[in-house]
Amino acid sequence: MRITLNGEPHELAEPLTIARLLATLEIDPRRVAVEHNLVIVKRAAYHTTTVHPGDQVEIVNFVGGG
Amino acid sequence: MDTFVIAGKTFSSRLIIGTGKYGSHEIMRQAHDASGAELVTVAVRRVNVTDRSKESLLDFIDPARYALLPNTAGCYTAEDAIRTARLAREVGLSEWIKLEVIGDERTLFPDNAGLLEATRVLVKEGFVVLPYTNDDPVVCRKLEDAGAAAVMPLGAPIGSGLGIQNLNNIRIILEFAGVPVIVDAGVGTASDAAIAMELGVDGVLMNTAVAGARDPVAMAGAMKLAVIAGRQAYLAGRIPSRRYATASSSPDGLVTGD
Repeated sequence: MRITLNGEPHELAEPLTIARLLATLEIDPRRVAVEHNLVIVKRAAYHTTTVHPGDQVEIVNFVGGG
Repeated sequence: MDTFVIAGKTFSSRLIIGTGKYGSHEIMRQAHDASGAELVTVAVRRVNVTDRSKESLLDFIDPARYALLPNTAGCYTAEDAIRTARLAREVGLSEWIKLEVIGDERTLFPDNAGLLEATRVLVKEGFVVLPYTNDDPVVCRKLEDAGAAAVMPLGAPIGSGLGIQNLNNIRIILEFAGVPVIVDAGVGTASDAAIAMELGVDGVLMNTAVAGARDPVAMAGAMKLAVIAGRQAYLAGRIPSRRYATASSSPDGLVTGD
């Protein structure tokens, strides 16, 4: 199934939770913020929010800046 | 005791420093250490999902020493800035935001209309908003009225190293401000930071001046001293400038042939 992840098409085998998605991408959930279909997902809801085909997910973190 | 308070939080350093443009995270870490800063800015960007090998910036910023000030760099609309600020807060490491709404690509000058709008929205949502703006006293007053926790007028364009371009405007902003005034952007070398502090500003924020120096760690140390020196000179009360000389010693008692 296809979703849009950080602006790019991304293939997933099946729907999964945000928590599973972060784990498969090896991303530490405590260092990111996640948007699912333009809605910010609270960290407590990572385990209960499921990503479906066509969904739009943004995962951001802190990088260098002034 | 000369303390620096923003939104109820006390800092002993008046130097705020960035995390961008360093040659390596390790150099950045050393520069931060040399600077004495207690507040560092970070930007918010998409995680690189395909290249997970990159070191995490946060591994090089000790949370016991530094508070984080996320920014909305790269946002050209209030909507984008608000969205970025909300995401930044959601990371869970800071409720503070250095709010940037940029109006022009080349100068990176702020879009003050968008900035004011975003400030109002984010203040209502409980953010501690530190807006990056220009040296316009009217805008600074509006930002303060909108609930900004400080105002951050630029000294010169971001990364330009031109120093404080409009001393008189910064002085005027200071005179009317009821919140801390932090000169943000345009500092090039130590004297620029000292000059800003001598005017009486509450703090100076810089990134490129340190990260882009040939020796960032040495420059960070110089900036630390410059901010301290400038503040101390301001508090000491300088002499007025005069057009002509006033001798340092009385002429009485001079041994002379007259």
